[in-house]
Order: sequence, then C-alpha cells, then structure tokens
Amino acid sequence: MSIFHRIVRFVVNLFLLAFAALTLTPMVWLLAATLKSPDDLFSYTFFAPRISTFNFRDLFSTVPFHRYMINSIFVASTMVVVQLFFSSLAGFALAKYEFKGKKPIMILMLSTMMLPSQVLMAPLYELIYRMGLVDSYAGLVVPGAVSVFGIFLFRQSILQVPDELLHAARIDGCSEFRIYWDIVMPVSRPMIGAFCLISFMGTWNSFLWPQIILHKTERFTLPIALNQLVGLYQQQYGTLMAGTFLSVLPVIILFMLLQKEFIAGLTAGAVKG
Amino acid sequence: MATRPTDISLTPTRAARTSRWFVLQYKMAPYLFVSPFLILFFTFGAYPIVKSLILAFYATNGPKSAVFVGLENFRFLLSDSDFHKAVWNTAVFAFWSVFLQLPLSLGLALLLNSRWVRGRELLRLAFFSPNLLGQVFVGVLFSVLFIPQYGLVNRFLHFVAGVPLDTKWLANPNLVMPALVLTSLWMYVGFNMIYFLAALQAVDKDLYEAATVDGANAWHQFWAVTLPGIKPVAVFVLVMSTIGSFQLFELPWIMLNNSAGPDQAGLTIVMYLYQTGFVTGDLGYASTVGWTLALGVLMISLFQMRVTGAWKGGD
Repeated sequence: MSIFHRIVRFVVNLFLLAFAALTLTPMVWLLAATLKSPDDLFSYTFFAPRISTFNFRDLFSTVPFHRYMINSIFVASTMVVVQLFFSSLAGFALAKYEFKGKKPIMILMLSTMMLPSQVLMAPLYELIYRMGLVDSYAGLVVPGAVSVFGIFLFRQSILQVPDELLHAARIDGCSEFRIYWDIVMPVSRPMIGAFCLISFMGTWNSFLWPQIILHKTERFTLPIALNQLVGLYQQQYGTLMAGTFLSVLPVIILFMLLQKEFIAGLTAGAVKG
Repeated sequence: MATRPTDISLTPTRAARTSRWFVLQYKMAPYLFVSPFLILFFTFGAYPIVKSLILAFYATNGPKSAVFVGLENFRFLLSDSDFHKAVWNTAVFAFWSVFLQLPLSLGLALLLNSRWVRGRELLRLAFFSPNLLGQVFVGVLFSVLFIPQYGLVNRFLHFVAGVPLDTKWLANPNLVMPALVLTSLWMYVGFNMIYFLAALQAVDKDLYEAATVDGANAWHQFWAVTLPGIKPVAVFVLVMSTIGSFQLFELPWIMLNNSAGPDQAGLTIVMYLYQTGFVTGDLGYASTVGWTLALGVLMISLFQMRVTGAWKGGD
C-alpha cells in the first residue's frame, strides 16, 4: 500500500470518528447531565465531579412520572400488537391471493401514503369527539390500528414465501387462517421484529394526536407529559434532562435488541425501487 | 326417485363436504384478511378526507358548530399574512434541511462504504442513533443545548469559531431557523445515510470491475456507475425528506416552548394548522390550511420525481 493510500485512509477514518463524536456528544451530555446536581449542570467539566441523584428524585416528586411511563408502555404495546396483526394479515392477503378488488386496494393504499396525516386531523377529531372517545386510549389507538406502511412491508416479505409451502399445507387440510398463523408468521419473523420496532417508536414518540385527544393529566403519555414539564418548571433543566433520558431509554434498549432486523425493515421497500 | 337415500351421489360424503368448505374459506380468506384494513380505512381515512374537503368551506367554532361560508376560507388564506409566514418558513426549512442533509448523508455513506474504514458497524450505529429519539425529546434536549452562556452549542461554537457565548438562538428571529435546521440535520443525517448505504451495497460489483478495466478513475466510476445505481433510492430519500420537512411541527413547537417563537420565526404550516384548528377552534379553516399543504406537498413531490426522471424507464 502506497504512502498516499495510507494518508487517505487515516484522514477518512479520523473524519468519520470526529463526526461520530459530534453526533454522540448531545446524547452523552444528556446522560451525564442527569447525574449532575443543579449547581454542576452547566459546569465546564463534562461529567459531574460528584454523582447526584437529585434530578431523578426531583422528577418523581414533582410529577407522577412512573404513571406516564406505564401509560406510554401500555399505549405503545397495544398499538404494536394491533398494528402487527391487522397489517400482516392484509399484507398476506395482498401477497398470496388473487381476488377481485386487489388492484384498487393497492392503489388506495399508495395514495393514502402520499397524503400528510395532519390534513385529516380536524375531521378525525370531530369523529372521535362524536364517538365519545376523546380522552380515551381507544381514541388514540383505533384510528391508527392498521398501518399502510406495515401492509407494504409484510406484502414485500411474504411475496418471498414459496407458494408450494402453502399448497402443501392446504392439501394436508390446513385452513387459510392457520396457514397465516402457523406458516407465514413464523417465516416472517425478521420482518415482525423490524415492524414492531418501527411501530413502537412511532407510537412512543407521537405527540400531536395524543396532545389533541388526551386532556386528563393522569392519562398523559411521555411526550405530552415532558412538554408540560418544560412549561411548568422551566428552570429545572436537570429534572427535564432526567425525564428526557428516562423517556428515550426504552426505545434505545429495544433498538439494541432488534437492531439488525430494524435496518433491514427500513430499507426493504426503498432498495427494491 | 327421491326415495333412494343410499345413493351416494346425492348425499355428499364427508370428504366432499369438507372440500366444499375448503374452497369456500379459500375464496373468502383474502376478503376477510383485508377487511380490518378496509373498515378502518373507510371510517378513519376516507370519511375524514371527504369531511375535511367539506369542512374547508365552513367556519367552525369547536367540533359542534359549523357555518357554511363558501370560498371565504380560501379567500382569507390568500390574504392571511400568518399563513404566508408559515409557508415561507416551512419552505426555507425544507430547502435548507434537504439541501444540507442529502449531500452529507450520501458523503457519509460513500465513506462508510469504502474499504478504508474500520469499525463501520459501530460508526453506522453512532450516526443513526439520534433518530431513535423522537422530535419531542430531541426538542427538549436541544432547547437546553441552545441556552446562551452555558449551552453546549454556544460553548462548542465559541471554542471552534469564536461565536459569542451569549448568542440567543431561540430568542433571536434570525437564528431560530438555523437552530432548527441544525437540529434536524443532527437528527436525520444518519437516517438518510442508512438508505444510501443500503443502495450502495446493492450496486452490482461487476460494473465497477468493468469500469476499472475500461480505465475509469474513481470520479468517473462515481458518475457512471454509483450515481445511476443509487438513483431510485436517491429520489426516494429526496421525496421522503421533503415531505417530512413540510410536516415539521414538534421540533419548533417544543424548542420554542409551545409557541411560534420570536416574531413567529418558527411558525410552520402544521403549527399554524394546529393553532387555528385546536387552539382557536376553527376546524374549518384548519382544513383549508391542511388541503393547501397536501396539494403543495403533492405538487412538489411530483415535480421532484419528474425532474429527477424517476418516471422514465419503468420502475
């Protein structure tokens, strides 16, 4: 290897490392900030000279943070299960059956993906209001219970399941739903992992719709609760950082568990073109 | 004739009955499987679409009262300086974030894809990680990072470029937009990079060998092999990030403490929609704003696809 190549390689690696450091700094600072006392929060040392649990204690004593955490976990898990079931079922139908109306359904799905969801917010709110679902988790989950993106994702992956496998099962007397449940779903396991994470993150981070639907403080999910915390205790930055840290932690843990599947799922639709 | 109950051709066997059930459930299955989607789509998709088209011609006060006003909402929209401000801000944000994001993401992906780089799995994770945090949480974090005097951003920029420590990013109308663009850059560069990286890895390796044999240097190879190879994904990323930029809401809303910021410098179209519809309570006018946004986004996406030639040569 020539000296020129060595230099280029060194510079490229150095640049990428610097860029990675720059990217990670805000998150490392967040982690460090949660363990600082209010006096040390903006001190010039990046990590606290002495570790303090003040921020976490303050967080849980000013607001019922554990409550918001449970609410978020409940809403996000419900959403994941419901979306997973409906989306994979529809994806299976669109991948492995020929039936009248299949093409119009596909076109319908494509066109909804182009429409910004905020356009529908006003009439959707009116509908939810008339259904009496304002301030309920049903009002949060039901309108989003099926994900068009998820249907596409599952259709793409189920297309690759060989037809012979399904026919063999039919000859053995397997019903269509059992084919879905006992053959298609186990085979689609990587896609299930990817979709669970995408769906979980989407619900976990969603703000606008929950903000519109939920009014009672004890029903709040984390994003709304944290936003309220910003307004209420503007000076308590440490508390705010502790809340932010605890809010993003579950997603990060889940990502670490499902990382490979997640990236495969994200790029599945795009790369095929 | 009817008194021949033992004739097997008239009483179907158990096997025949089962097979008839089998054919029936095979024919019904796809309809049953897509029915939850269809029911939900017509209730919470198609109905609101039609309804919001109608609402756009009404003046409302909360979800209960509605008065037909014809084209009044659209007429008002044309002369509404707040709406103009929102459109302008959103367009500026979309322009800068796409203009800075895509080259940077592509550059990072190219570097990460080169054989000179060590630890690319870890680097990929590092670049992608900000995307795990939702806009709300990023908004809260960066509203603290942008604090004058003590905030990390000012300290860093002061150290690197001598920017004054008391630069008030979120209180100065001229600096709100740069702060938002910077934050979204931090959040989404790694996300787009993942798409470019996947596209780069899908480019046929033989093409590079053929190009090398033909005497093409790295620069030529990039233009003749890499770019055409990743074009479908590049168009996808371009369109998706433009659509995303036009839907900007949470980031400025949180960073500017539930407001449009000083001199409405952070007012976006969706923020305006939220304010008119759910703060003021005029769901009708909010629908008008929403449809204008939808038409704008549609036109820009179609324009982008046309200019980049995504429509030519099949899919």
